[in-house]
Amino acid sequence: METAPNFTDTGNGPASIPAAGDKGDNTMDADIRYPENTVGKPLVDDAKMRMRDVNVFYGDKQAIFDVSLDIGNNEVIALIGPSGCGKSTFLRSLNRMNDTIDICSVKGELTLDEQNIYDPKLDVVELRARVGMVFQKPNPFPKSIYDNVAYGPRLHGLASKRYELDEIVENSLRKAGLWDEVKDRLDQPGTGLSGGQQQRLCIARTISVSPEVVLMDEPCSALDPIATAKIEELIDELSSQYTIAIVTHSMQQAARVSHRTAYFHLGRLIEVNETNKVFTSPDHQLTEAYITGRFG
Amino acid sequence: MDRSHFGQHSSSQFNEEMESIRSHLMEMGGLVEKQVIDALQALLQADSQLADKVLETEDRVDDMEKLIDEECASVLALRQPAASDLRMVIAVTKCVSDLERIGDESAKIARMAVQLTEEGESPRGYVEVRHIGNHVRQMLRDALDAFARFDADKAVEVAAEDNEVDLEYRSAMRSLVTFMMEDPRSITRVLNIIWSLRALERIGDHSRNIAEQLIYLVKGKDVRHIPVAEIQEQVSGKS
Repeated sequence: METAPNFTDTGNGPASIPAAGDKGDNTMDADIRYPENTVGKPLVDDAKMRMRDVNVFYGDKQAIFDVSLDIGNNEVIALIGPSGCGKSTFLRSLNRMNDTIDICSVKGELTLDEQNIYDPKLDVVELRARVGMVFQKPNPFPKSIYDNVAYGPRLHGLASKRYELDEIVENSLRKAGLWDEVKDRLDQPGTGLSGGQQQRLCIARTISVSPEVVLMDEPCSALDPIATAKIEELIDELSSQYTIAIVTHSMQQAARVSHRTAYFHLGRLIEVNETNKVFTSPDHQLTEAYITGRFG
Repeated sequence: MDRSHFGQHSSSQFNEEMESIRSHLMEMGGLVEKQVIDALQALLQADSQLADKVLETEDRVDDMEKLIDEECASVLALRQPAASDLRMVIAVTKCVSDLERIGDESAKIARMAVQLTEEGESPRGYVEVRHIGNHVRQMLRDALDAFARFDADKAVEVAAEDNEVDLEYRSAMRSLVTFMMEDPRSITRVLNIIWSLRALERIGDHSRNIAEQLIYLVKGKDVRHIPVAEIQEQVSGKS
C-alpha cells in the first residue's frame, strides 16, 4: 500500500480508525431510548385478535407494559426478543394460559373477533379450543397416536360416530404432515415417536379441534434442522387456514416463516413491521441491535 | 451510524470480519483512486511508463475484488447478517464491482495514453480531459470518503456532481466533433481523446453508484435511478 493514496488521510479532517472491537464511546443502551409508542405498524385493518394497552403482572412485578397489537386474519406473526422480554408471557395471555399461574394478572383489552377473551362468563376451555397452543417441548399424552389426536374432538364432542372421529384424526395428521409416517401404527404410543414427529403430533392434536388461532411457543427449539424445516413448511401451509402467532429465539426462523415481526424488549413492544423490513432496515435502534447480535 | 457501529457485535470475531471487509474495501478504493490519477497524468503528460504502471495495477485490483467478495460470501454464509450488517455486505459487494470497473476504465485511458505517445498527440481536447478528469477524480475521492465516514450527505453531493460531469461531457463532445469536421486528418487522434473522456464519464457514473450504495447502507433506502432532488429528500427525511 505504499503507492496508493489513503483518502482518509487527506481532505477535510481525517477520520480516526478505531481497532476492530473498539466500542468507542458509543456503547449500546446508553444512547438508545425506548420509543414512547410502538414504532412501525402494530395495528392492522383485518384483525383476528386485538390487544390494547395490555399490562401483565406476576405479583408486584410487571412483565408487560402497555402493549397494543393486532394479529391479522390468516397472518403469521413472529414475536422475538431477548430472554425475559415478555414475549412468551404475552403469547400465553392470548389464550389465558396465564390463568394457571395464581399470581399472574392480565390488564387491558384482549379480543378475539371482537369478543373479550377475559370476560368472566367466557368458557376458557372453549376459548382454548379456538386459540390452540403448541409448546416448546413436544408433550404428547401417554396414549396412542390416535388417542392423542382424538382427545380434543372427543372432549368437545366434535364427532358422534367412530368414522367421523377417524376422519378428523386422519385429516389432522395429514395437515401436520405426519399421516404417511404413522398411518400403520396409530395404536402405538405417541411418546415412541421421534422428537420432530412428536411435535408434529402435538400440532395435529392442536388443529384437530379446528382452532382459529394457533399459538406456538418456540415450537422448534428442541428439534434438529430437518424436523425444523418440516415444521416451518407446515406453518406456511397452515397459515392459509389459521392465524398463527409464533414465539421464537431463532431470528432466521422468524425471518423465514412470518409475515410480520414484533420485537419485545424488557416487557415493551418496541417495533412491529413487515418481516422483510425488520430484517433489512428496522425502524428502531433496539430492534437493529438485537437482530444484528449487538447485545443479548 | 459511524464506523464503531460495526464493532459492537457480541461476537468479536464477527466484528473483526466486518472490519476486515471494510478496510479491504478502503484499500481497494485507494488503489483504484491512484489508478485514475496516474492514468490521467499519463494521458496529459504523454507518459507511457506511468501508463504501464496503471495497467500493472489491474491485477492487484482484480485480486482485491475476489478477496472482498469471498469475505462477503463467507459472512453471508456463516453469520446470516441482518439489517445494517446485511446492508453493509450487500453495499460492499456492489461497490467492489464498481471499483473494479473504474479500474478497467482507468486502464482504457492508460492504453489511449500509450497510443497517443506512439501516434502523436491529439491537437485538441486536453483542456476538457484535465477539467473533467479532475472533477471525476474528486467525485471518486468524495464517494470513498463518504464511505469511510458513513456520511450520507456527502454521498448526495457526489450524486449531484455526476449530473455536472454529464453536462461537461456532452459539451466537450460537441466541441470535439466540430473540430473533427473542420480537420478530418486529426480524427484518429481526437477519437483517442473522446474514448478517454467517455471512460472518465463512466468513472463518474461508477462513483455515483458507490455513493448510492453508501446511502442504502446508512439510510436503508434504495436511491438508485431517481433524481438527485429526490435522493436529497430521502436522505434528509429520516436519520
